[in-house]
Amino acid sequence: MIHFVLLVTRQGKVRLTKWYSPYSQKERTKVIRELSGIILTRAPKLCNFVEWRGFKVVYKRYAGLYFCMCINRDDNELEILDIIHHYVEILDRYFGSVCELDLIFNFHKAYYILDEILIAGELQESSKRTVIRLIDVQDTIVEVAKEQASLVGNIIAQATK
Amino acid sequence: MAMHGMRGLSVFISDIRNCQNKEQERLRVDKELGNVRTRFKNEKGLTPYEKKKYVWKMLYIYMLGYDVDFGHMEAVSLISAPKYPEKQVGYIVTSSLLNENHDFLRLAINTVRNDIIGRNETFQCLALTMVGNIGGREFAESLAPDVQKLLLSSSCRPLVRKKAALCLLRLYRKNPDVVNVDGWTDRMAQLLDERDLGVLTSSMSLFVALVSNNHEAYWTCLPKCVKILERLARNLDVPQEYTYYGIPSPWLQVKTMRALQYFPTIEDPNTRRILFEVLQRILMGTDVVKNVNKNNASHAVLFEALALVMHLDAEKEMMSQCVALLGKFIAVREPNIRYLGLENMTRMLLVTDMQDIIKRHQAQIITSLKDPDISIRRRALDLLYGMCDVSNAKDIVEELLQYLSTADFAMREELSLKAAILAEKFAPDLSWYVDAILQLIDKAGDFISDDIWFRVVQFVTNNEDLQSYAAAKAREFLDKPAVHETMVKVSAYILGEFSHLLAKSPGCSPKEIFNIIHEKHPTVPTSTIPVLLSAYAKILMHTQPPDPELQNQIWAIFNKYESCIDVEIQQRAAEYFALSRKGAALMDILAEMPKFPERQSALIKKAEEAEVDTAEQSAIKLRAQQQMSNALVVIDQLATNGAPPPPQVNQLSLVKMPSMSSTADHNPADQALSVANGTLSTVDPQPPSADLLGDLLGPLAIEGPPAAAVPSEHNVVSGLEGIPNVVDGAAIVPVGEETNSVQPIGNIAERFHALCLKDSGVLYEDPYIQIGIKAEWRAHHGRLVLFLGNKNTSPLVSVQALILPPAHLKIELSLVPETIPPRAQVQCPLEIVNLRPSRDVAVLDFSYKFGTNTVNVKLRLPAVINKFLQPIPVSAEEFFPQWRSLSGPPLKLQEVVRSVRPMPLLEMANLLNSYCLMICSGLDPNPNNLVAGTTFYSESTRAMLCLVRNIIVSVFDPGN
Repeated sequence: MIHFVLLVTRQGKVRLTKWYSPYSQKERTKVIRELSGIILTRAPKLCNFVEWRGFKVVYKRYAGLYFCMCINRDDNELEILDIIHHYVEILDRYFGSVCELDLIFNFHKAYYILDEILIAGELQESSKRTVIRLIDVQDTIVEVAKEQASLVGNIIAQATK
Repeated sequence: MAMHGMRGLSVFISDIRNCQNKEQERLRVDKELGNVRTRFKNEKGLTPYEKKKYVWKMLYIYMLGYDVDFGHMEAVSLISAPKYPEKQVGYIVTSSLLNENHDFLRLAINTVRNDIIGRNETFQCLALTMVGNIGGREFAESLAPDVQKLLLSSSCRPLVRKKAALCLLRLYRKNPDVVNVDGWTDRMAQLLDERDLGVLTSSMSLFVALVSNNHEAYWTCLPKCVKILERLARNLDVPQEYTYYGIPSPWLQVKTMRALQYFPTIEDPNTRRILFEVLQRILMGTDVVKNVNKNNASHAVLFEALALVMHLDAEKEMMSQCVALLGKFIAVREPNIRYLGLENMTRMLLVTDMQDIIKRHQAQIITSLKDPDISIRRRALDLLYGMCDVSNAKDIVEELLQYLSTADFAMREELSLKAAILAEKFAPDLSWYVDAILQLIDKAGDFISDDIWFRVVQFVTNNEDLQSYAAAKAREFLDKPAVHETMVKVSAYILGEFSHLLAKSPGCSPKEIFNIIHEKHPTVPTSTIPVLLSAYAKILMHTQPPDPELQNQIWAIFNKYESCIDVEIQQRAAEYFALSRKGAALMDILAEMPKFPERQSALIKKAEEAEVDTAEQSAIKLRAQQQMSNALVVIDQLATNGAPPPPQVNQLSLVKMPSMSSTADHNPADQALSVANGTLSTVDPQPPSADLLGDLLGPLAIEGPPAAAVPSEHNVVSGLEGIPNVVDGAAIVPVGEETNSVQPIGNIAERFHALCLKDSGVLYEDPYIQIGIKAEWRAHHGRLVLFLGNKNTSPLVSVQALILPPAHLKIELSLVPETIPPRAQVQCPLEIVNLRPSRDVAVLDFSYKFGTNTVNVKLRLPAVINKFLQPIPVSAEEFFPQWRSLSGPPLKLQEVVRSVRPMPLLEMANLLNSYCLMICSGLDPNPNNLVAGTTFYSESTRAMLCLVRNIIVSVFDPGN
């Protein structure tokens, strides 16, 4: 089981956090600080696993961004590494060659997409196409609602003129 | 792709990015938070779009590391928005900001349930996702049936069902009762027939959780798993979108193999054959390729297959194949594969007959101990530790010792502990053991716990032929220029006891030994001085005929320390000084320490404690336990004094019972005088200081009895409004009448009730033992000391104390000695942390033996909810708005109590006071109403204000 997902930049800025196990606010801050200290200082070309407080953290760096997932000691590490890459590939397909700026200005998208991939710290969907399709549907619903709202707004505006 | 931007949000993010420093960022964030706050306050003016935008802003600010507690309510309230765009934001932001213990979540349960049982598929998905991610016990209890229905419904689309499967998994983790085993076997089997791989993947995760708790119920699912695995491994009928780098869903393959590992074995020969064919194909067909992602995926499957093969206890041939593969892996360039190779080789150690094949790779593993990656070094250390036995201990320990000088600090502690344990467990001979430990202390003194040097002293004391060797070695190490403080302690102790055995060697006259020890004296910390004083006294005693010069020198030191501020040092100095003036009698009083009883190494115990409970770790533990017993046998044989091995006695009685001393033959007066020696250490009103010879002198602290308890006559009124009734919850009466012929003195329930209202007193008493309690409470922490007092003139044995804590308390009980000596009292501290509110009560399961009587009692511990309260005064202006804002359960409870006997107002007030509820008099217009305030502390809730209002109405009911 994945206990939490963390996206941190090389400078230690947090881009996304998702906690599947209950951590208090204080613990969350502490965990982020502690893990950034461990992972950001690791040299390149080392393995993608870090042992931490009796857990394992699987991480992978993409450009300036570290994707980290914390799991139990006896979970399959490579499977999690595959999940990280799966997530990155979906982000890439959705944004069209994703870069860090996409994840900054559209951080909410990163959350929507993650929710279609993981629930309860477990993999929900391994088909990239299905995930993208579901996200597109959500986008459409939001768009339609917005158009309707502005339509209604216009009608009200005209009526009150 | 639709990028519907929110301009305000983008502008804010740009602003933050343009901030030059943290201070600017903070100012910008504060400004925004102020803005958001005011906007939320005048909620009427907010459009749904704006509300959504502000909630996103809050999440962004939260990610920057700022506190946004004030907005939690806004996020939660968006969940009940009628339209999808707002609802979506409400769900996602709530599940990112809050955790399952948050009170606000309760407010949303109804809305969430309506979304789940409603007809809107998109709403169902949102609700299931949030509950799956942060749902707690309450969600489990109220939503599980609805979630199950969705998972099993044939009319639901896969996108809903896969979410329902994982949502149910979460609820099952929170409360296993939500999945009823009887009905579920068939349902689960049905789910495993699922064609949609998304739903199947999610269902398989659920299945892994179910089967890990109870494989018995799911035997019928086993062939289905094998079939799924076969379908994937042969790539039959797997849609293109479910292959990942050409591999049919590696995730589903891994999960399926994981599920299979929870069945103890596979009996059906046909199923077994098919499975082994699949596994063989995976083992043989996985090659290392250029593409790193493809490699990761194929090896994820391969390593899971390896684990399954190990679990199934395959034929030796297949096992050897696995070891060969692992041997290849630990030498490849790819660091991930190297890491996993070492990790899985450690697991492989548990398979019978595999150890010898693994030992062939020892050289490569030792190379990995020097890998640039600390993760890999840790695995190598673990593997070396696990594979060590008598045959290779010498090599491995020496390798570890050598590596110690260059190892990074993060690993030194673990490394030295492991080296010490291995040296002790597998020492080919004891002199090698002494060498290894002394080297260890020399190289890594800072990381050597007292346990390690205590242990070496015990071995040396118990093995006569080792004593002069150890003394000579200690002498050598003290010659080094920079000697670690721990080395000074152990050398001084050994030289004090045994240097007289060397007296004839050059440079080992008492005077010379004294000088070399005393040379270190100016640099050692206070904690070492008592050891030095003892050594001096012993040297003095061994110097026969007395050397007046040495005597004067040592007396001068004793004299100097007689006024030392440290009580331990002062006492030793004064006593040694007085004793050493007795002349020949000194010889008897300061006789050699008697042998220590054999007991489990504190080191190994410590190592076990440090281990995390995972399959691989607990297996190592198991091995350690098996080998421990061997180690002890070796030691007994090596005890060359010809005497039978010492009986298993408790530490303290060892000091008091001289009959065990093997020197009795040489020293007829020993018996009486060892008693004196024993008394010396036990009359001390101070508990022996833990970091000194505490362990060597006996672990029991003896102190006066706790204040006697006055059984309270208090008639506790139950059901006070607002606070759960602490007393009536979970009544546990002492059990085991069949074994207990011993009657308790006094009423156990009354004693418990009394202790609920005060912090010290007697918890339990019978003719043999008295258990007293003393407690201190601060916020959500508590420290409780149990005083176990033996009332008899013979020891109480097989003493056992177990704490059965309820889920909301974290309780750590320190070690309880197995024996309580006659008329002695033992203290056992308990550390308590209150995690969340609950009225469950912790139970102490206590047993002991007296003669042939076994007594077992289960006692409620007074770590009840009111101990975590702190009274707080509340004014009328604070009380009533708060009181009215709490609308009802679960935040506000009301209960009507028919008091059996009427209680005067004053008595009621006193009662509330004793529960740490502060009476705020004059607050309520009705003088017959009591109003009180208090703060409740727990780890999850922190400080929480609690209010109580007690309306006392006298009703005369003629019927009753």
